[in-house]
Amino acid sequence: MHAGLAGKEFSAVELAKFFLDKIRKEDGQIKAFITVTEDLALAQARKVDEAISKGESIPMLAGIPCAIKDNILIEGVKCTSASKILENYVAPYDATVIKKLKEQGAVVLGKTNLDEFSMGSSTENSAFFATKNPRDTSRVPGGSSGGSAAATAAGFCKFALGSDTGGSIRQPASFCGVVGLKPTYGAVSRYGVMAFASSLDQIGPFANDAADCQAVFDAIKGKDPLDSTSLDSPERKEKLEIKGLRIGIPKEYFIKGMDKEVDGKMREAIGKYEKMGAKIVEVSLPHTEYALPCYYIIATAEASANLARYDGIKYGSSAANDPEVNDLLGVYVKSREKYFGGEVKRRIMLGTYVLSSGYYDAYYKRAQKVRTLIKKDFESALSQADVLLAPVSPTLPFKIGEKMEDPLSMYLSDIYTISINLAGVGAISMPAGWEGDLPVGMQIIGKPFEEDKMFQAAMAFEGKWE
Amino acid sequence: MISEEEIRHIAKLSRLEFSAAQLEKFQKEFSAILEYVESLKTANVEGVEPMAHSVKVANVFRKDDPEIQGTRLDNNKKLLEIAPATEGDYLRSKAVF
Repeated sequence: MHAGLAGKEFSAVELAKFFLDKIRKEDGQIKAFITVTEDLALAQARKVDEAISKGESIPMLAGIPCAIKDNILIEGVKCTSASKILENYVAPYDATVIKKLKEQGAVVLGKTNLDEFSMGSSTENSAFFATKNPRDTSRVPGGSSGGSAAATAAGFCKFALGSDTGGSIRQPASFCGVVGLKPTYGAVSRYGVMAFASSLDQIGPFANDAADCQAVFDAIKGKDPLDSTSLDSPERKEKLEIKGLRIGIPKEYFIKGMDKEVDGKMREAIGKYEKMGAKIVEVSLPHTEYALPCYYIIATAEASANLARYDGIKYGSSAANDPEVNDLLGVYVKSREKYFGGEVKRRIMLGTYVLSSGYYDAYYKRAQKVRTLIKKDFESALSQADVLLAPVSPTLPFKIGEKMEDPLSMYLSDIYTISINLAGVGAISMPAGWEGDLPVGMQIIGKPFEEDKMFQAAMAFEGKWE
Repeated sequence: MISEEEIRHIAKLSRLEFSAAQLEKFQKEFSAILEYVESLKTANVEGVEPMAHSVKVANVFRKDDPEIQGTRLDNNKKLLEIAPATEGDYLRSKAVF
């Protein structure tokens, strides 16, 4: 697409119009977008066309149409986090990743649906509407970045951004059959993404193949003075040889509760790497069974603090003018009661509980210690292997409505992805294979800041790496 | 199972409110989730340091510079514009008592 633009086969405006038209015609079925930013897209595209007509060389992402999860701020554009409490909130500034995309000249087509405040694994928890899986519209696209994954899979955009706190990029990438990256914690600035659990959140890209996904990652990564937990990734290293590459298989991930289709495709994927000359080694992540409870304590604790900012005073929906509201506390309580959805309340409550006096040591502090054990598991496994290969989700994409009445079973669909956030390492999610029309995803997990190696291993699997 | 009273207390700390019907449903769901996270109690954490963050950075300082922080006055105006109620350069709220 970059070559087509630079070679003047088509213009950026033509490209933007093509995608906007496709969204207009087809998104009624999928419902990936909350807001379509037609004016912004066309204005950005015109700028790129001007640069091309002046004979300037254009950056890799110039003119490339993209979609952005609706929890990442774009100045002057509505940003809802799929919550009623931010239904009419217009972002006052650009997130750092948006600033970087704009500098490259990428064209933003719109903002995509998610589970409210990224809390969910199916995009059914959006306060507005559920998004459907383009591979089978009776099924969920995964979540929470389900809109971005669905938009990429449906061909509504060339790439998309999402955010991942416990699997919110990787699980929808897996369910929609696209490539998604949860970068190493700190590799991408979090400035301007709505905070859910700050020690776990990372922004990352979706694309239809690993090379495109990497191009986007390269554009958005790097240290940012506005996010003091961000760091520069080291320069790209030498070319990876698949022959002799040590691929670790965590034995705890292949025991119980996995669908036989997922198990089968994973074993085929391992076989494929073996044929390419990779060395398969069994590794152990002994504290895997604790990852999910550990995550639900840490993530909700951080969320309960982060979401305290929605108070009906500073911004967002307010119940201040409701007749029964008489004082400041009433404004807080009523605004939150009225405009937060059920899952958000559930998590704020759990987070408040585990941080409250008398329970702090038993829950939160204990979870922080378990987190150390989980991180050490990964350090040890990644010292015996160059990358790890694991499933993304224990099941194929489930049916819409299937898990909505049982929050715990919904939580269990994140079982293979959450440890990665707790450990802070990066992971790519990509299709391992297809079961009929439904994709089965796998994760390539790497050492901190070794995304380059992970992408090369992913491209080798796609057959696009020598 | 967690008591209704405890749920009310946590709701108060969370600045949330539940109707009687919601409370009953919530009590059940919440108890199931709590029971699940209880499984952490069997982990051996003796001598293990707690961890809050995976990146080894601490005490990152920067200049108090509005240009870097994006806190210039024109930005402040934008922030006031998105507030539900303002008066002059102030946010307006109900009385505390």
